[in-house]
Amino acid sequence: MSEKDVILQVNNLKQYFNVGKPNEVKAVDDVSFDIYRGETLGLVGESGCGKSTTGRSIIRLYNATDGEVIFNGQNVHDKKSTADLKQFNRKMQMIFQDPYASLNPRMKVEDIIAEGIDIHDLAKTKQARKERVYQLLETVGLNKEHANRYPHEFSGGQRQRIGIARALAVEPDFIIADEPISALDVSIQAQVVNLMKELQEEKGLTYLFIAHDLSMVKYISDRIGVMYFGKLVELAPANELYENPLHPYTKSLLSAIPLPDPDYERNRKRIKYDPSVHKGTNTEFREVKPGHFVSCTEEEFKELQAKQS
Amino acid sequence: MMNKQETILKVNDLNISFHTFAGEVKAIRGVNFELKKGETLAIVGESGSGKSVTSKSIMGLLPKSNSEVKKGEILFQDKNLTKLSDKQMQKIRGKDIAMVFQDPMTSLNPTMTIGKQIIEPILKHQNASKEEARKRALELLSLVGIPKPEQRFKQYPHQFSGGMRQRVVVAIALACNPKILIADEPTTALDVTIQAQILELMKDLQKKIETSIIFITHDLGVVANVADRVAVMYGGQIVEIGTVDEIFYNPQHPYTWGLLSSMPSLDAKEEKLFAIPGTPPDLLNPPKGDPFAARNQYAMKIDFEQQPPLYQVSETHYAATWLLHPNAPKVEPPESIKQRMRQFKAQKGGDHIE
Amino acid sequence: MMKQQEENIDKSLFEPAGVDTFSAEKIEKPSLNYWQDAWLRIKKNKAAVVSLVILFLIVFMAIVGPLISGKDFSTQTTSEANLPPRIQGLEHVSFLPFTGERTLKSGDVVNPYEQKGIDHYYWFGTDNLGRDLFTRVWKGTQISLLIAVVAAVIDLIIGVAYGAISGYFGGKIDNAMQRVLEVLMGIPNLIVVILMILVLKPGIIPIIIALSITGWISMARVVRAQVMKLKEQEYVLAARTLGLSNFKIIFKHMLPNLTGVMIINTMFTIPSAIFFEAFLSFIGLGLQEPQASLGTLIEDGFKSMIAFPYQMVYPAIIISVIMIVFNLVADGVRDALDPKMKD
Repeated sequence: MSEKDVILQVNNLKQYFNVGKPNEVKAVDDVSFDIYRGETLGLVGESGCGKSTTGRSIIRLYNATDGEVIFNGQNVHDKKSTADLKQFNRKMQMIFQDPYASLNPRMKVEDIIAEGIDIHDLAKTKQARKERVYQLLETVGLNKEHANRYPHEFSGGQRQRIGIARALAVEPDFIIADEPISALDVSIQAQVVNLMKELQEEKGLTYLFIAHDLSMVKYISDRIGVMYFGKLVELAPANELYENPLHPYTKSLLSAIPLPDPDYERNRKRIKYDPSVHKGTNTEFREVKPGHFVSCTEEEFKELQAKQS
Repeated sequence: MMNKQETILKVNDLNISFHTFAGEVKAIRGVNFELKKGETLAIVGESGSGKSVTSKSIMGLLPKSNSEVKKGEILFQDKNLTKLSDKQMQKIRGKDIAMVFQDPMTSLNPTMTIGKQIIEPILKHQNASKEEARKRALELLSLVGIPKPEQRFKQYPHQFSGGMRQRVVVAIALACNPKILIADEPTTALDVTIQAQILELMKDLQKKIETSIIFITHDLGVVANVADRVAVMYGGQIVEIGTVDEIFYNPQHPYTWGLLSSMPSLDAKEEKLFAIPGTPPDLLNPPKGDPFAARNQYAMKIDFEQQPPLYQVSETHYAATWLLHPNAPKVEPPESIKQRMRQFKAQKGGDHIE
Repeated sequence: MMKQQEENIDKSLFEPAGVDTFSAEKIEKPSLNYWQDAWLRIKKNKAAVVSLVILFLIVFMAIVGPLISGKDFSTQTTSEANLPPRIQGLEHVSFLPFTGERTLKSGDVVNPYEQKGIDHYYWFGTDNLGRDLFTRVWKGTQISLLIAVVAAVIDLIIGVAYGAISGYFGGKIDNAMQRVLEVLMGIPNLIVVILMILVLKPGIIPIIIALSITGWISMARVVRAQVMKLKEQEYVLAARTLGLSNFKIIFKHMLPNLTGVMIINTMFTIPSAIFFEAFLSFIGLGLQEPQASLGTLIEDGFKSMIAFPYQMVYPAIIISVIMIVFNLVADGVRDALDPKMKD
């Protein structure tokens, strides 16, 4: 594991809201994982599990309540000089979920995409800025003419691609994709996901892919983490997670996904998750098999290990 | 199996347009289908395909100010629903045809108790006393799986979770034992596990009440789970219609191929997802031929010239594509589709077009 | 449902058509920006369009009126005081009030112009000091509009700045700023204005200051509410992740999306300002002689309302029309800019 280059380390991250008040929400409750350079880590879970909050804490949209996020060796939540912050903003970028709210309706597409270029002075002349925007539009599969239009003239999928172009403009190393395809039609989802995969190869990007659509996540991710009520309950390579889920919640989640296969659907039996099924004490995130982590008690850990061998 | 059942709803050559600033948007362009008693018909399509407009037109919920039924009829119980006045439609809505909408947050009135909202249709349509209506409402709450119904009866929507609210919405819709239930993306806004629960609930209730369901969605997994028959819509038209096995295992229209291939399967190790390029057509100026032609890698010249007629693939399976014309060349569908077709052959043994 | 056509379709039509997926991305409709879209929607609202036309006419007359009458607004000709309105060409149309005739209390109808041998025309008549009312009414409209618009613009600037900062930064800053606002709101508006006028002495600038002192509060609250909504929008979050500084975010991303509420609020502020100024004049705290505003004219005319009603009627009509028209246009603009009403 130490030969792989870790680009992001999340250690015991906690993000609480309204701390101390009666409506305190522990959105992210002691979550730890690493992301390796060049990989795609998928983060799945249902609404309220804290996956989006995790993404936003990592990129500093929220100030973490506790724990640390280490990006390229530097602590993200430390006090930073303006220059450091600018560096950070260039290296880590985000793609958002709602194609209708992620673009400023009053700005032309050219200005939206060039925003990062302007902030970081990446283009010396107006012409250079235009060229770069055209390049980015082409990269995401749109036309030059689209630069002069307004967001409301585009479909959801096209808007999402504009959002991707905007993120790419500053040449980041790491992109957090917060439910980037949830609001899109099925065939458009495939377009955007293919685009993201291509870009990853071409530019050597690392992704944190947050989503609730498990089949898409499996397709794009190398490893997948499953979150439940603020905690990470399982983390494993994508195929391993689907073929051999160990945590009862993961099993329940997987059994609930409908597939476009009527025969399979006629025979599918859904497994319900009951949190009280856990027995024992000392719940921790443990490595049951190499690379496969599960949140379990000591007793469950012994049982799981026994089954694996 | 299918032909013996009674037809509850028949839509004939429906054409609906919207009048907007920019001109006339031809949202529905010649839609034909039937709904049989006790079956679930899924209408699949993406944004702009016209599936929601179709369902709203059955319920008479399209805004009168800018929508117009240009041609066609919707036949229900010997009446043409497109010709009925709002007052006449009110007698049918909630009683014979009920609807479940997508967003459980906004489908319930936040200022009325749940109990009151369930009783409403019962009191209006069934001449029941308040006592009888309340009894029925409590029955319905149990039926949809809401624990402690007497307590919940007096509560407000904000005291329920999203999944619970959707159950209440289903309860309201089924209050008067409607003949048709139209569910417009009822589970799209819900988590996977809650979605599974609601789908199970709907199938269960359908058996008990024998209602026919029109299920509108863009999620093919859900379709495979709930549907008996499937209609695929694109560009305001139905491009393919058949039983759920026929559509999933023997699809004939390139759009259906595209839809099915753009979903990753959980077991196959594919390198690249097939993605339909481009975006759906602008219905302000609908293309004159096959609406899918511009995005169709199998398109032939005629696809840009004339709209394909509906070709029969089996007694229950029709597809509107020039590929089924005798003069059309044989094409190789994408690999994942071929896999499905092999499965179909194995099951049915020869009941299809090669 | 089965349509199998055995037409003679040319075999060549079944050749593949090379599909260019790039062109599949083309957008057909012309590009419509925010304002063009809003204009299209306002046009639908007949009341708003008619009101807009009337508004333009009034503003036009306010500028041009005093110039075309040929008379000055402050020249007093006491021998020609209290003359009823007379317009050449309309003076013989008996049902219109422009005949130059007066009906006395006794019921007799007299023509003061003939009685006094005056051969020129006063289109709206004269006041008790012999000043031409037509010129005075339009000059007054000018001044009233000027006061109202300047006050509204000051309200806009202060209100937007206050509301945007309070809403965007939230937390303690917002708390403090809101408490200040609440204290200001608690003080009766009228008292503040009256005190200001008494201290600064009546005049155009003092009245503008008095109107602006508390007028910005409603704008600040509306802007704050909108900013709090906007700051959670994903495009603002995106700007933050790109590294844009806070103030630049407010300017570049928030302000353009606030123009809707800013315009609407301002359009509702102007008629209140006009009315308020009229009220101040009515209670004697308005402009002083010989300056005219709609308020002072109404106040003057009120004194001789029974004997010479026209002296009050014309300015009263103008002020009422302005207020109605502004409100209708503001309603229309608000509906046009409301995204939920898009069809």
